Amino acid sequence: MNVPTRNRPPRVGDAPAFRRALIGIVLTFVAIVIIAPLAVIGYQAFSQGFAVYAAAISHPDTLHAIGLTVVTALIAVPINTAFGVAAAWAITKFDFWGRRFLLVVIEIPFSISPIVAGVAYLFVYGLQGLFGPALEQADVKILFALPGIVLASMFVTAPFVARELIPLMQAQGRDLEEAATSLGASGWRTFFSVTLPNIRWALLYGVVLCNARVMGEFGAVSVVSGNIRGQTNTLPLHIELLYHDYQTAGAFAAASILALLAVVTLIAKVLLERQGAGRARRRPALAAPVAAPKTASAEISS
Amino acid sequence: MKIRLDNVVKTFETFRAVHGVSLEIESGELVALLGPSGSGKTTILRMVAGLEYADAGHIYFGDEDATDIPVRDRGVGFVFQHYALFPHMTVAENIAFGMKVSKVRRDKTAIDARVTELLRLVQLEGLAERFPGQISGGQRQRVALARALAVDPKVLLLDEPFGALDANVRRDLRRWLREIHQELGITTLFVTHDQEEALDLADRVVILDKGQIVQQGTPEEVCRNPASAFVMNFLGDTNRFTAAVSDGVARLGEARIPAPGFDDGPVEIFLRPSDLGWSSSGAGIPATVARVIDRPAGRRILALTTTGEAVELDVAPETQVSAREQGIITIERARVYATG
Repeated sequence: MNVPTRNRPPRVGDAPAFRRALIGIVLTFVAIVIIAPLAVIGYQAFSQGFAVYAAAISHPDTLHAIGLTVVTALIAVPINTAFGVAAAWAITKFDFWGRRFLLVVIEIPFSISPIVAGVAYLFVYGLQGLFGPALEQADVKILFALPGIVLASMFVTAPFVARELIPLMQAQGRDLEEAATSLGASGWRTFFSVTLPNIRWALLYGVVLCNARVMGEFGAVSVVSGNIRGQTNTLPLHIELLYHDYQTAGAFAAASILALLAVVTLIAKVLLERQGAGRARRRPALAAPVAAPKTASAEISS
Repeated sequence: MKIRLDNVVKTFETFRAVHGVSLEIESGELVALLGPSGSGKTTILRMVAGLEYADAGHIYFGDEDATDIPVRDRGVGFVFQHYALFPHMTVAENIAFGMKVSKVRRDKTAIDARVTELLRLVQLEGLAERFPGQISGGQRQRVALARALAVDPKVLLLDEPFGALDANVRRDLRRWLREIHQELGITTLFVTHDQEEALDLADRVVILDKGQIVQQGTPEEVCRNPASAFVMNFLGDTNRFTAAVSDGVARLGEARIPAPGFDDGPVEIFLRPSDLGWSSSGAGIPATVARVIDRPAGRRILALTTTGEAVELDVAPETQVSAREQGIITIERARVYATG
């Protein structure tokens, strides 16, 4: 294939100079804005040796912050997943008054600053707030405790699962559910046998994103948690505290954990997307005779 | 099972989709609901299935009032326009689904045996392990039918069953569905906007317009004796003329068309292209040929009458005719309707 490539005219927007400049700009941008800070975290975390890193990580306050973050995620993510599935189902499969309104309301946490959510919770559950005195009397602690942290995290991440599912379920329509019901399946059976298998990758992707955001949420949580070291500090709050205490190595060590969680999440997302691309369940029996690439696209369109 | 609709009404928001439809379908009959889009035919089908509830009126299955029985318990087999096969299940799993979720418990060997039997019925024995995305449209259609039949429905309902298929596949499947119906004898109701499909397949055709039945009868009855100008128009190509009646005869050019029972005054006359002939002389409508279209079965002449009306007529393939030729359109059959 010795076709001379030199003298061919460039395709649209493909002049060599333009191409090099564009790629160069993008790579530089990525290096400065994304790679460098992550590299700095890794470097700074270990700047005073592994022993200091290990000590910073195993400090009781840090361990507590990690634990609190994980517990928060374990509560908030399943609840928001259930909410997201229910909301997506309701919006795409039923006609009811206020459907469009609900669609918009679900998006609010996306467009609102998390700190506004935090302050709002303060006004609702705080001592001077709406339910504050009643809660105080009943000896229920919401603010400056785990429930407040979970609530704030849930507010911020409420749309994640629903937003992933709604476009997909809208595209899939109601035919499959109607078919299952006409064949005698119950509502639960229809959901688990027909709906869920067709949305599972989008659902998992939504859960992954939701989880990443819950673990990383700073603004809303910082308002409602009260920043009590070793008690109500989640990992992001703990990092900020350490940083303000000039414990640079400790701050970066804690940050490295959060970054690691993010990277793991990202890898999970990429793997899920790759799975989702080959949507059909693969079986060894049919790998051979059938043209596999055709199936995925044909299935989505049909 | 005999199905009876009694004055069924359905309104969507402000749009009245079905306007008091009463219809009887005899046990074992194959009936087509035929109408243009928006005529309410799919809504009627979905109400029979229980996928929509009627706002008023009753639907009976045999002697039982099925109006409020939910779709899950109604015992109908529904074939969706786009098949709605479960994309994550194999063909065999799709067919077995209804038997697996049924309230009637069946053991696995019984289900497998039934799946094999149905696959043979729809002639897809080799495709049991394929996924819906890996088979052709016509094959998907047959899987959808097998899946609907698996639960031994009292009634089989098909929504535009061949709408998404190309012409050749459609013709084959039509014939095949007719055979299956003969074999199983299951009461079947299907919706189509394609008059050829309805006439080809059905024992009886129910023609709908704007949510109401405008005519029902055997294909012969509706073809030979369309009840209204709408039915005449909808069933096939027509040429429409207005003419005046006097003394029970309408005059169209030099032609005299008997219009018994019509009062003197304007009427509408509908002429199918095959009801017309082309001649160099005689009593008819003088016209000039604008164009000749050749088709496998004959030639279609597009002509312009001396009064400026466009007319289409079909002539035998050997007819010698060409553009700009002048002649007479002869009328062999005509249908006269009151102007409306």
